[in-house]
Amino acid sequence: MTNRQEVKRPLSPHLQIYKPMLTMMMSIAHRITGAALAIGFALLAWWLVAISMGPEAYDCVQGFFGSLFGRALLFAFTWALIHHALGGIRHLIWDTGTGLDTTTIEIFALGTIIGSIVLTILVWVIGYHQMGGF
Amino acid sequence: MATPLKRVRGLGAAHHGTETFWRQRLTAVANVPLVIFLIWFLVAHVGASYDKVKACLSNPIVAVLMLALIWSAAIHMRIGLREIIEDYLHNKMCKTASLMLVTFFAALVGIASTLAILKISFGS
Repeated sequence: MTNRQEVKRPLSPHLQIYKPMLTMMMSIAHRITGAALAIGFALLAWWLVAISMGPEAYDCVQGFFGSLFGRALLFAFTWALIHHALGGIRHLIWDTGTGLDTTTIEIFALGTIIGSIVLTILVWVIGYHQMGGF
Repeated sequence: MATPLKRVRGLGAAHHGTETFWRQRLTAVANVPLVIFLIWFLVAHVGASYDKVKACLSNPIVAVLMLALIWSAAIHMRIGLREIIEDYLHNKMCKTASLMLVTFFAALVGIASTLAILKISFGS
């Protein structure tokens, strides 16, 4: 058995073989947003530590988050957070054994993407309104 | 021959059964309301003054929710990042080192955030 030349068995096709589908993209997006949120968590830790350190450290962090890059980062972070949360709720529903038919998964996929964009914009409209930006 | 009962008693290859799976779901459920709280907190304090933010974080309810979020998210993040590494990194050294780094990272952000909140709460 062990001496026999190893048979070249077919492997499962890699990702690039498949035609891109919405549900598959959502699965990938769930992983990417999850990994990206690790950076967001580090930023949250940085912000909290700065508040605990005093007004000078806080001003420094606020300066960063107030910049164009900082704002873009916060916007992206909010979107990733909401997208991952909605995607997670979808997974929790699936864990109960419901919503696994093709129609429902397509609705869930669309709902996650549209919902995450709408909610992110809504959150920041309220945020800027709070700041007196409008 | 292994019966299903024997397989269950062995708790799988890692001998941990579905512990990690369950912990990921448990923290996911906890994270849903806690993330809504975080978004509310961030939106309510964009561009706020130092005193206002500090006063809000000193509130025990806010501090407890923030601590709950940090701990739940740190555990959830560690499991998720480990899963990605286990799926895509196949070099033994690289994989082991990355898995260690992920734990160190989760612990570092968790401890730093916890200390910050405690420091603000106790007002030093």
